[in-house]
Amino acid sequence: MDFLTSLINSMPGAVAQGLIWGIMAIGVYITYRILDVADLTVDGSLGTGGAVCVVLVLNGVPVGVALLAATLVGMLAGLVTGLFHTACGIPAILAGILTQLALYSVNLRIMGTGTGGGKANLPISVDKYSLLVSARYVRALAANNPIIVLVIFCAILIGVLYWFFGTEMGCSLRATGANQHMARAQGINTNVTIVLGLMVSNGLVALAGGLLAQYQGFSDINMGRGAIVIGLAAVIIGEVIFSKIFRNFALKLLAAVIGAIIYYIVMNFVLRMGLSTDDLKLLTALVVAVFLTIPYWKGKYFTKTPVKKGGKDNA
Amino acid sequence: MLEIKNVYKTFNAGTVNEKVALKDLNLTLEDGDFVTVIGGNGAGKSTMLNAVAGVWPVDMGKIIIDGQDVTRLSEHKRAKYIGRVFQDPMMGTAATMQIDENLALAARRGLARTLKTGITKKEHEEYYELLKTLDLGLENRMTSKVGLLSGGQRQAVTLLMATLKKPKLLLLDEHTAALDPKTAAKVLTLSEKIVEENHLTTLMITHNMKDAIKYGNRLIMMYEGHVIYDVRGEEKKNLQVSDLLKRFEQVSDGGFANDRMLLS
Repeated sequence: MDFLTSLINSMPGAVAQGLIWGIMAIGVYITYRILDVADLTVDGSLGTGGAVCVVLVLNGVPVGVALLAATLVGMLAGLVTGLFHTACGIPAILAGILTQLALYSVNLRIMGTGTGGGKANLPISVDKYSLLVSARYVRALAANNPIIVLVIFCAILIGVLYWFFGTEMGCSLRATGANQHMARAQGINTNVTIVLGLMVSNGLVALAGGLLAQYQGFSDINMGRGAIVIGLAAVIIGEVIFSKIFRNFALKLLAAVIGAIIYYIVMNFVLRMGLSTDDLKLLTALVVAVFLTIPYWKGKYFTKTPVKKGGKDNA
Repeated sequence: MLEIKNVYKTFNAGTVNEKVALKDLNLTLEDGDFVTVIGGNGAGKSTMLNAVAGVWPVDMGKIIIDGQDVTRLSEHKRAKYIGRVFQDPMMGTAATMQIDENLALAARRGLARTLKTGITKKEHEEYYELLKTLDLGLENRMTSKVGLLSGGQRQAVTLLMATLKKPKLLLLDEHTAALDPKTAAKVLTLSEKIVEENHLTTLMITHNMKDAIKYGNRLIMMYEGHVIYDVRGEEKKNLQVSDLLKRFEQVSDGGFANDRMLLS
């Protein structure tokens, strides 16, 4: 009974975290699914978003402006990866890793700005500053419950992205991910669209980072470690569950958000079952590996060929 | 309409895999020329089309489209002037996008991609009528993903895409080679119809000598990276496959045995 109560008590927290990581997962969806690039920048840009947001709020900037700034700086990180890839010809994965590594230093610098030197961890108290979301109120039946704010955030973002990917520019981005030859033959500058996609993606990831830092009450240099894997997990879980029923683009983005929520609910569950937090990342990596393997093996070993069974069996 | 002047292209220069693909290539197309291109493997046919399309820069020489020097323009910028259909049906379309979305992308070839809607209602109706002319029933599947179509259907859609915004130059790179004979004939007939209706200047590579003679007003044969035979008008109409084979034998002496099968 105790177990059940504590599990239910932990649900609002899992949902809130899931919503924040859902925004991050949408960013991953844009690169991984639409642009067909595995972008590892996100492990750094999530932390960048958190760092920028917390530092600005600590220095007296309104939280809305701080989040906007976090998003813009995240887009800048995407721009750097994009230029590494397109202008410098570095393979996309390596370009992302380079930016991610560079961002470690950048994030330390950001967190040291106006806060007295380089810091690996920067707390921000919801008592002293007016924050948009905080874990403290996650079980409160009030307007400041972070879940309400986050649902609104997700809804607006999905709406805006749905509109954007229906525009000429958005379509050219999708075409680039689908077939670069065709895109160029139709006059699309694929270098520009790739950079643009990486910017939009990392902007979203940094926004999620800014929200996450507020929610947990601190920004940490390691907060983005393994973010790409969590984002992928969310995207894949969403696809596995909803791919048959969610055909519309907006619903596909929603599936990624729900995937993130499910991920956090499951993680909460296994932690309460007694799994050590130390093993969490191992578990996440394995889950993603398994989910990526299944469709591959399905195609390779279990391709359904219409084989007619012997007459006797069917007679 | 198109001038190719003294163009050279060597792949993997300075390595053991060095391959001279284009060697002092010269070709001038008049407005409305429909030129079929033949030649053995490695003669430089596809390389010529890729050089014109700007897939990579050429080593030397000039490419001029409708009076404008495009030699230094990148592929996507040249796309403004050029419609292309590739040998591989997968290459010309975006498989994960809908038929109407693919057409809408092509309708904006050469234009800036803005934040306006990617496909308007009016366009949708136009594409319906356009797809109807293909007689493949695609007008009723406009929101299907292109990836669900057969190779022939995809090539037909790609043809529409290449000519939706009238190009100054249409490049057909063995666009029926991957199709079964019946479908190939259909797509060829469609190509001819579109070219004639729009009075398009066209370069069409083919491995089929009969098709090369049957279609177009002019025929060129390539060998070792340049044009070795150029025939047009009445003379072309009266050509026989055997004439072409003889021609080919003359220039390529030893290498002909290998190519004979490919050309027949």
